[in-house]
Amino acid sequence: MKPTRASRHIVQNEDLLFEASSPGKKGYQLPELDVPPAHLPATRKEIPDFPELSELEVIRHYTRLSTWNYGVDTGIYPLGSCTMKYNARVNEAVTRIEGLGDGHPLQPEALSRGALRIMHLLSQQLLEITGMDAITLQPAAGAQGELTGILLVREALKARGDARKRVLIPDSAHGTNPATAAIAGYQVENLKSNAAGTVDMASLERQMTADVAALMLTNPNTLGIFEEDIHRIADLVHERGGMLYMDGANMNALVGRSRPGDFGVDVMHLNLHKTFSTPHGGGGPGAGPVAVKRELEPFLPIPVLTTRDGQPALEYERPRTIGRVRAFYGNFGMFTRALAYIMANGCDGLLQTTEDAVLNANYIRKKLEGSYALPYPTPSMHEVIFSDALQAPKGVHTGDIAKRLIDYGFHPYTVSFPLVVRGALMIEPTESANLPEMDEFIAAMKAIAEEAQREPETLTSAPHTTKISRLDEVAAARSPVLRWKKI
Amino acid sequence: MLDELGLESIDELFSHIPEYCRLTRPLNIPPGKAEADILGYFRQAAAECAPGFTSFLGAGAYHHFRPTHLDMLIGRGEWFTAYTPYQPEISQGTLQSIFEFQTMICQLTGQEVANAGMYDGSTALHEACMMAARVTGRSGFVLAKSIHPQYREVLQTLTRCRDFPRQEVAYLASGQVDLAALKKAVTAETAAVAIQSPNFFGTIEDWEAAAEIAHAAGALLVAVVSDPVSLGILPPPEAADIVAMELQGFGIPVGFGGPYAGILACREKFVRSMPGRLVGEARDGEGRRGFVLTLSTREQHIRREKATSNICTNQALCALMASVYMATYGKQGLRELAQQNAAKAAYAAQAAAKAGLEVLFPAPRFHEFVVRLKRPLAEIEAGLWKEKIIPGLGLKRYYPELGDALLVCATEIIPREKLDQLAKLLGGAA
Repeated sequence: MKPTRASRHIVQNEDLLFEASSPGKKGYQLPELDVPPAHLPATRKEIPDFPELSELEVIRHYTRLSTWNYGVDTGIYPLGSCTMKYNARVNEAVTRIEGLGDGHPLQPEALSRGALRIMHLLSQQLLEITGMDAITLQPAAGAQGELTGILLVREALKARGDARKRVLIPDSAHGTNPATAAIAGYQVENLKSNAAGTVDMASLERQMTADVAALMLTNPNTLGIFEEDIHRIADLVHERGGMLYMDGANMNALVGRSRPGDFGVDVMHLNLHKTFSTPHGGGGPGAGPVAVKRELEPFLPIPVLTTRDGQPALEYERPRTIGRVRAFYGNFGMFTRALAYIMANGCDGLLQTTEDAVLNANYIRKKLEGSYALPYPTPSMHEVIFSDALQAPKGVHTGDIAKRLIDYGFHPYTVSFPLVVRGALMIEPTESANLPEMDEFIAAMKAIAEEAQREPETLTSAPHTTKISRLDEVAAARSPVLRWKKI
Repeated sequence: MLDELGLESIDELFSHIPEYCRLTRPLNIPPGKAEADILGYFRQAAAECAPGFTSFLGAGAYHHFRPTHLDMLIGRGEWFTAYTPYQPEISQGTLQSIFEFQTMICQLTGQEVANAGMYDGSTALHEACMMAARVTGRSGFVLAKSIHPQYREVLQTLTRCRDFPRQEVAYLASGQVDLAALKKAVTAETAAVAIQSPNFFGTIEDWEAAAEIAHAAGALLVAVVSDPVSLGILPPPEAADIVAMELQGFGIPVGFGGPYAGILACREKFVRSMPGRLVGEARDGEGRRGFVLTLSTREQHIRREKATSNICTNQALCALMASVYMATYGKQGLRELAQQNAAKAAYAAQAAAKAGLEVLFPAPRFHEFVVRLKRPLAEIEAGLWKEKIIPGLGLKRYYPELGDALLVCATEIIPREKLDQLAKLLGGAA
């Protein structure tokens, strides 16, 4: 099969807002002021060089800019670990309904019943999916969920009279894990992976000492591999007085098939923008609920969602709480979207989603084996990690293959992550990739593998069809220009 | 596809999951619903959330008019279904929009650099304080008690595991921070002095006076702004070293508290200590201008435990809403908008005073003010709800010393007759 996804189409240029501005233009219309003007003792001077555009100019500006982007709506977006799945429009619609879209977080509970019921129902369903005992929806993102979770561990251990100093993190983990543990005041200790790409039990045995507070584990891990020793891992961590934190970034491989609460996890976060399909938005917003076992529940951030007189309600009097981690209740608009996603799928759909995501990843793995090196032969779940070992001798690296993929009309996979694989190609098709498009993606990847042997310079200078070619990132970082200025 | 993989059933793909880890029953979640039923569920929930009420709530979440084209633009799939622009060649739309965003935030705040976005205002304050600690090598924080109470709570939670002494400084009868007490509280150990303006009571603070106090002791001034619309008319926090701002007021839905976006802006010399994503200008091989994520060596995906923060988002879509909003209102519009907000609140406060209510804090204010109720809020609010009015925020939970005080916010969307009606109801009923 010949890859045919890419074609040529006009791309428009567009200046910066400031360059397109003309003095006196306006794109807004305020109602006439129906009260006397206020007298303010001190006011600012005019905002220097701020944009002045008509409404149509604003619309054309952001429409033209948007055409330089690639989204899930454009095509397969196999960015490993990011779970770029379809974002249904109904999820957007329910979030904007009057009453929800403009509800105020501080309006009285009696006037917020619907919002509280949404939070309550989502909480119940996330607990059913994870097998955990209690949950907070407050953390603003996955990384803030991690921090919340580690602060909960810290309090729970303190309550046991056993404060500890270190957190163990596998070398395949996301960068947020060590950054989080450090912010929470812990020393970070690296845990090496074994030849199968999973936790090395001998190392864990040695490193899981009496001053380790928690093991932060991603399962399936960032290599897309299920930690088969998870029970032994959990038992060992618990026997030695520590807690098992699970980074739920890859929960989309487990929903309906396996529950962290059933395999020894004490605390975990979920990324609603991954597993539960809230849109990635060009880099946020997300949401990072944290689910815990009973022992950690007293420490959850306030307010805690509870029921009073049979109605969902908020509880602030929690003497052992860690406190608030964010103003208000977190990213409520992500709760409505995630709940709409769960409702649309239902129990059957959620299971099928998991199965299709795993099936798609394994299909790609099977079809690209041979064209690309597979560093770990262990079974893959929702994502597969290849390396550029077959291309590197020609001077072609994972970043070059990724750039060339753009010429074929696809968004690249995740480049050079996880760090444990040299030259990693991390591919996650998700359940949203259909078979014809996956076949085209596979054909493109195979064509690129051939090009790497035959004409490597085509790859090392790719992409060739985009609005701009490779940008000099080193020069950009050396003397950073971080804002426009009038010359 | 199973044939291609040589498999009999999908179960084989999960067979390496140990048996004790497998869920052997269906999830206890109802079967999938039709789109119409999903809409029906949420419409019903929304109907229980006071739609159509006139709300005088502000306190960090502000009802401003959102131009119609805003949601239509950000609703393009190329914006909201894209991810972090790690591949600049096919993400120039997002990257250029962030570069423009950073520029507009600098213009608005009078600062030299701005990042691409933080979670919200509350967490931005925490990040600003941590950044000040890195820059100064000190650990103490001195905060005005008139900073949003929930922002202060978040700072307390997120620094509880480290040794960062915090001190809170009281407000005067004028509503402004007690500068003499602030001066006393600042020591050679103080990393950051933080004040908010307009503060939680709506009162306008003096950035320069606070900056002088902070700088005299070698500390940084963190300026907190909870509604960016205020910067359309009020003097920008140029004197501050770091600005921690909530952007919700710029076209982001109030939506029960999130998602919002925060930002940090600062002096250029501190940029390498700043957390969060940054977009910079770059050139390609042919000299064409483009934009890239830059100075990433501050961030967790490169630096891991040595990163400036664990943050891994810039709330890009919310920042984009703010960008479209700023571009739409523009230079004239933001000023006129801010003036309208100040005028509405001034009128509402005056009407309340005329109706016999005590208006606290006489210092100049923006679009919020505090009145003392004649009777506790709990006794009168049900009556107001019948009139479809949410009168504001009772301050008992946060400032019990103020008694039955109510924080009222009046933005440009509230017509005069509603301002009159509120004053009349509060004056009469209470």
